Amino acid sequence: MIFYIPQDTTALALGSESVARALQTAGIEPGRNGSRGLFWLEPLLEVETDQGRIGFGPVTAKDIPSIIDALQADPSSHELYQGEMAEIPYLKSQQRLTYARAGLGDPVCLDNYQSLNGFNGLKKALQMTGQQIVDQVKDSGLRGRGGAAFPAGIKWQTVLNCDSDQKYIVCNADEGDSGTFADRLVMEADPYQLIEGMIIAGLAVGANQGYIYLRSEYPVAHKLLNIAIERAIQVNFLGENIQGSGKTFHLEVRLGAGAYICGEETSLLESLEGKRGMVRAKPPLPAIEGLFGKPTVVNNVLTLAAISSILDQGADHYQNFGMGRSRGTLAIQLAGNIKRGGLIELAFGVTLREVVEEYGQGTYSGRPIRAIQVGGPLGAFLPESQWDTPMDYEAFAAIKAMIGHGGIVVFDDTADMAAQARFAMEFCVVESCGKCTPCRIGSVRGVEVIDRIVANENRENNLILLHELCDTMEMGSLCAMGGMTPFPVRSALAHFSSDFTGQGRGDN
Amino acid sequence: MGISQNEQQSITDLVGQYQALPGGLLPLLHAIQGDIGYVPDSAVPIIAKGLNLSRAEVHGVISFYHDFKTSPVGRHSVQVCRAEACQSMGSRQLEAHVKQTLGIDYGETTADGAVTLEPVYCLGNCACSPSIRIDDAIYARVDTDRFDDLISGLSSEEGAAK
Repeated sequence: MIFYIPQDTTALALGSESVARALQTAGIEPGRNGSRGLFWLEPLLEVETDQGRIGFGPVTAKDIPSIIDALQADPSSHELYQGEMAEIPYLKSQQRLTYARAGLGDPVCLDNYQSLNGFNGLKKALQMTGQQIVDQVKDSGLRGRGGAAFPAGIKWQTVLNCDSDQKYIVCNADEGDSGTFADRLVMEADPYQLIEGMIIAGLAVGANQGYIYLRSEYPVAHKLLNIAIERAIQVNFLGENIQGSGKTFHLEVRLGAGAYICGEETSLLESLEGKRGMVRAKPPLPAIEGLFGKPTVVNNVLTLAAISSILDQGADHYQNFGMGRSRGTLAIQLAGNIKRGGLIELAFGVTLREVVEEYGQGTYSGRPIRAIQVGGPLGAFLPESQWDTPMDYEAFAAIKAMIGHGGIVVFDDTADMAAQARFAMEFCVVESCGKCTPCRIGSVRGVEVIDRIVANENRENNLILLHELCDTMEMGSLCAMGGMTPFPVRSALAHFSSDFTGQGRGDN
Repeated sequence: MGISQNEQQSITDLVGQYQALPGGLLPLLHAIQGDIGYVPDSAVPIIAKGLNLSRAEVHGVISFYHDFKTSPVGRHSVQVCRAEACQSMGSRQLEAHVKQTLGIDYGETTADGAVTLEPVYCLGNCACSPSIRIDDAIYARVDTDRFDDLISGLSSEEGAAK
């Protein structure tokens, strides 16, 4: 029997290290896998048995002796028994492309990665021209997963077309939105997939240097990425003359320093250059004048990770998932006040209600759901009347909401939406880079005006003022920070107006 | 605040190590902070000279990022997540409890120099909120009791180290 206990952030935060120690005490050296993303079952102990790979969770150190006993007799008799892993409905019903390998084995083991189709996409890419690779990405319909949903193939084509002695691939791993952890899970459970995607991107556009800009809040991902890069260099998937192809690609992880705005691509580039993370005006596009003024592909972790499976399994395979212009799969991150939170990879088109009710099984507190925020701190708060919206970029845009990076934060009926609207403005005060006045000053005024509305001071006029302020922020800010902070504010006002009366949480 | 000759030397060495790295200022600042615990004011002219920047530019970068500290911090860093997923699970109450228990506000250090308290906007552990980070370890589903356990764990650890 082989035992696995995860070493990703969430499992560690829930005590997987003490479970590992308890196994060692019992004379068992567990394998350290990444998480499957079924966070409600973490720490999830998996055991490879004659009857298949079975799971127990959530496990604590004191459960280990009884689990070992049950394994000798009848595993299904144990109260934490979850059955065969592949048959758990939460997992079985998913359409996993990017997360197909997550949790299966040691995330930094190269043999494990290659035994599960790892580097197959790269091997194919090494036989192709840059244009052929870019065409595959275009045909797949892949759109940027960071939030803006720009077609990846078109961005790559722009960089490929640039005539330059130096180009860069930059991975945006500054996953700052609350309710998101999909990038982290890729980096912690399957880091080679990201590395492979970045090498392919380098081959496609003719870039020989890549940077992963990683937020400093992810120490576990930092450690695992550095180990993975070191090992990939040792076996010549990174460095000079990759696998004898004559192609070169170097890769380095750079740590951010706790600035949310650096998830905005131009601010990220400034930060990578060693400067304040001030947003740049566009044009010039980063694809033409990006890092150090050179043509640069800036893509989110999930966009780059998807590249390896697109090259391996073909653009058509990827393109067959999804709806409308949203092709492929979406990494839905179910978070907040939810009973079964975790990573759910599905084709675009599933409704918010299906995700929250069928996968999530309602709130953690057991109370009714009141509001759902999709797409991070700049996403709208959705009332129940909007939960049947399919998860598709265009369908969400039509209700003035956004899919963003796919994070879903659930609030129960104790949530005070006026306080949440105030927080949206407050967050903008803390995290604005300061370049645009509507964002820098407007957010400060926004907090004050909301306070006055809640205090019933000149209420009608202050409501008008708040809407005008939101207009100014939306129209007068360079990036989404100032431009979209009004989304959660306006949606809270529109759907939960009774909370703004100074009596705390209201009736609607 | 003055720094020791050793610290001065270590800053100079680090500047030498990072000055040729493209966009090396952030990695350099992380390295200095990793070594000394903060980025002392007296490091600014050394960095500026080594990286061929103005002191204003170096100061501007240090002050832009939440991570960089310009004065000594506690032996442990405690970060409480203030973002929405944690709020939906009661982090506002946890936040109040933490401040009261430690007797300090965000950005402050306890009188015994043990703990510096900081807010953080998302630790990426949002399916098991509320989350806090103590040094490099992240903890999930932290309620007030669990926080008290973690803090008393820190003090007994320190006691054992003495």
